[in-house]
Amino acid sequence: MNTIEMEVDVLVIGGGTAGPMAAVKAKEKNPDLRVLVLEKANVKRSGAISMGMDGLNNAVIPGHATPEQYVKEITVANDGIVNQKTVLAYAQNSFDMIQELDKWGVKFEKDETGDYAVKKVHHIGTYVLPMPEGHNMKKVLYRQLKKRRVEVTNRLVATRLLLDSNGAIAGAMAVDCRTADFYIIRTKTVILATGAAGRLGLPTSGYLFGTYENPTNAGDGYSLAYHAGAELSGIECFQINPLIKDYNGPSCAYVTGPFGGYTANAKGDRFIECDYWSGQMMMEFYRELEGGNGPVFLKMNHLAEETIAQIEEILHSNERPSRGRFHAGRGLNYRDGMVEMHISEIGLCSGHSASGVWVNEKAETTVPGLYAAGDLACVPHNYMLGAFVYGKFAGESAAEYCATHTLPPVDAGQVERERARVWGPLNVTDGLPPSQVEYKLRRMVNDYLQPPKITRKMEIGLQRFAEVGEDLGRLSASNPHELMRAMEVHFIRDCAEMAATASLYRKESRWGLYHYRADFPEKNDEDWFVHVQLKKDDQGEMTCFTRPVDPYVIPLDEEEKTAYQKLRIVKESAIA
Amino acid sequence: MSYAINRVTVPVSVDEEKCIADKGCTVCVDVCPLDVLAIDLAKGTAYMKFDECWYCMPCEKDCPTGAVNVDIPYLLR
Ligand SMILES: Cc1cc2nc3c(=O)[nH]c(=O)nc-3n(C[C@H](O)[C@H](O)[C@H](O)COP(=O)(O)OP(=O)(O)OC[C@H]3O[C@@H](n4cnc5c(N)ncnc54)[C@H](O)[C@@H]3O)c2cc1C
Ligand code: SF4
Ligand code: SF4
Repeated sequence: MNTIEMEVDVLVIGGGTAGPMAAVKAKEKNPDLRVLVLEKANVKRSGAISMGMDGLNNAVIPGHATPEQYVKEITVANDGIVNQKTVLAYAQNSFDMIQELDKWGVKFEKDETGDYAVKKVHHIGTYVLPMPEGHNMKKVLYRQLKKRRVEVTNRLVATRLLLDSNGAIAGAMAVDCRTADFYIIRTKTVILATGAAGRLGLPTSGYLFGTYENPTNAGDGYSLAYHAGAELSGIECFQINPLIKDYNGPSCAYVTGPFGGYTANAKGDRFIECDYWSGQMMMEFYRELEGGNGPVFLKMNHLAEETIAQIEEILHSNERPSRGRFHAGRGLNYRDGMVEMHISEIGLCSGHSASGVWVNEKAETTVPGLYAAGDLACVPHNYMLGAFVYGKFAGESAAEYCATHTLPPVDAGQVERERARVWGPLNVTDGLPPSQVEYKLRRMVNDYLQPPKITRKMEIGLQRFAEVGEDLGRLSASNPHELMRAMEVHFIRDCAEMAATASLYRKESRWGLYHYRADFPEKNDEDWFVHVQLKKDDQGEMTCFTRPVDPYVIPLDEEEKTAYQKLRIVKESAIA
Repeated sequence: MSYAINRVTVPVSVDEEKCIADKGCTVCVDVCPLDVLAIDLAKGTAYMKFDECWYCMPCEKDCPTGAVNVDIPYLLR
């Protein structure tokens, strides 16, 4: 096993969605910069969009929506706790990004006149732009990486960031999951784009990798940012999604909604006004699932044959194409049955909810030289287009930082400690296999953190996570692949501890099911209309504190504020 | 400590007749986001080495000879 040293100006960690965009934009800003994308998998097929996407969930297109409307929608969907400036910056750049992607060759649905065919799925506005031919996303991005001469290394797992004596970024360390070689990369800036913490809860199937999120994303970036001293925010606002039972992929109401499909109870009746994923919607979903009219289904069997064929064509070839195989295995046909649904395991993801590394409207974190974009950056409900837009912001901001900073020296102590930690499991011959530790850890996450959240249970959970922490030194890896899994167990454990700590700190309920505390069941704006921040303090302890919500740049009236509180259909009747 | 080996079925199978790994192909191994496929050098074919699959299908889609088949992992089926 070797130690390999590298030197760059901009290091992008994660080459999924936000990462490639960040690298391309940093190079566009200054072609002389040395820009490296460091990817755990292979940039050709990595990340959430590996097989393409069903559509843009948050397109702000002139004539269909305005940035102001969008900011209002996300503010209420996220129960008021948003830094509106970050959401507004996204919204104002959303359309330019769509046009740029279109120019690069991404295919969006258009009507006969060539206008984007946007659909209404959200409660108030119209933002969903289908991509029935959206399989080629990764190819398009790869072409841009080549064109801009961005360097790429595949199969490297970033494990820790390096800091200089002032706490600014000095580099990162990584391990090769095929050779176990250890990498020290000196850099002026790091852009974190490692996606969601997708391997936090255990799916009901019990299959460790049967997660909603691409399971490559184990929460690596949350842990990297935390140990570098960055502030994280909204960690208690979990991600929980309505998914196909057992298959654990989207079913997907956004695709079928505009065609007339909808979420129904066992009687085939609608019970929610709007299928857009929010904590409030998930609460109604959960109630129906557990109630006498449960479980919950996606209903399409009332639709015409051509419509169903069209839906099938999209759902079975794009995004999660194995959906069709799953249904075939169970003998389900959309024409005569409803798709049984369930709620996902918990995760951390600002792409869908709001848990992430705290960033401003330039994608800057609280650590100098560190930027974050995509699912792990706290810009609520940011989805794929948000990952692209914040990738762009991060790339441009990093390029600017490089212009005024020199490359900091690397501290040998930090390197030595990390190399010992990373290679540790290879030297443990009589220890614990990572898969066993991961299974136990994630089962505990389900037992103690899954909403409804209960104080005493979460405290016990913290105790269990600390015990698993003791076991980390006994992890053993018999090959470099297992070594990667062992390092991921460290990331997952960090995320579990953060999830419990932040959830205990916010003593109220908010965001519907995402932060439903059984012993503090009410929302309490008086005390808790604030962001809950989490970081590692000077003593190395995990600590929480509050940050005021900045005055809104787009004010809301009282009627608008309560829009997402009224999602349940009061008088239930089948509306086809 | 002592270890047991538990048998599990894996979701991805490779048609050995069609696979051209012996001619140097490694496409499926390269594209898998979880890095769970490998080449059996003795047989000259690809196979699933670790049961850690997202049933996402780049391996099947990108294989030049149509040798890969992705099934849903048994626990989910
Ligand atoms: C099943 C599914 C369906 C979705 N559908 C839609 C949709 O229809 N519309 C929509 O707008 N959004 C959708 N989303 C959300 C959208 O895909 C994400 O918000 C977006 O792609 C996130 O981009 P990202 O760059 O943050 O993460 P990713 O694209 O997942 O990229 C993260 C990258 O980091 C790499 N990585 C992780 N850890 C490390 C490490 N330690 N070192 C190096 N590299 C690492 C990973 O391999 C990966 O390539 C969906 C998401 C999922 C999972
Ligand atoms: S389906 Fe996806 S995770 Fe499974 S082997 Fe193929 S590429 Fe890898
Ligand atoms: S891509 Fe197909 S032909 Fe190539 S190694 Fe894999 S299975 Fe064999």
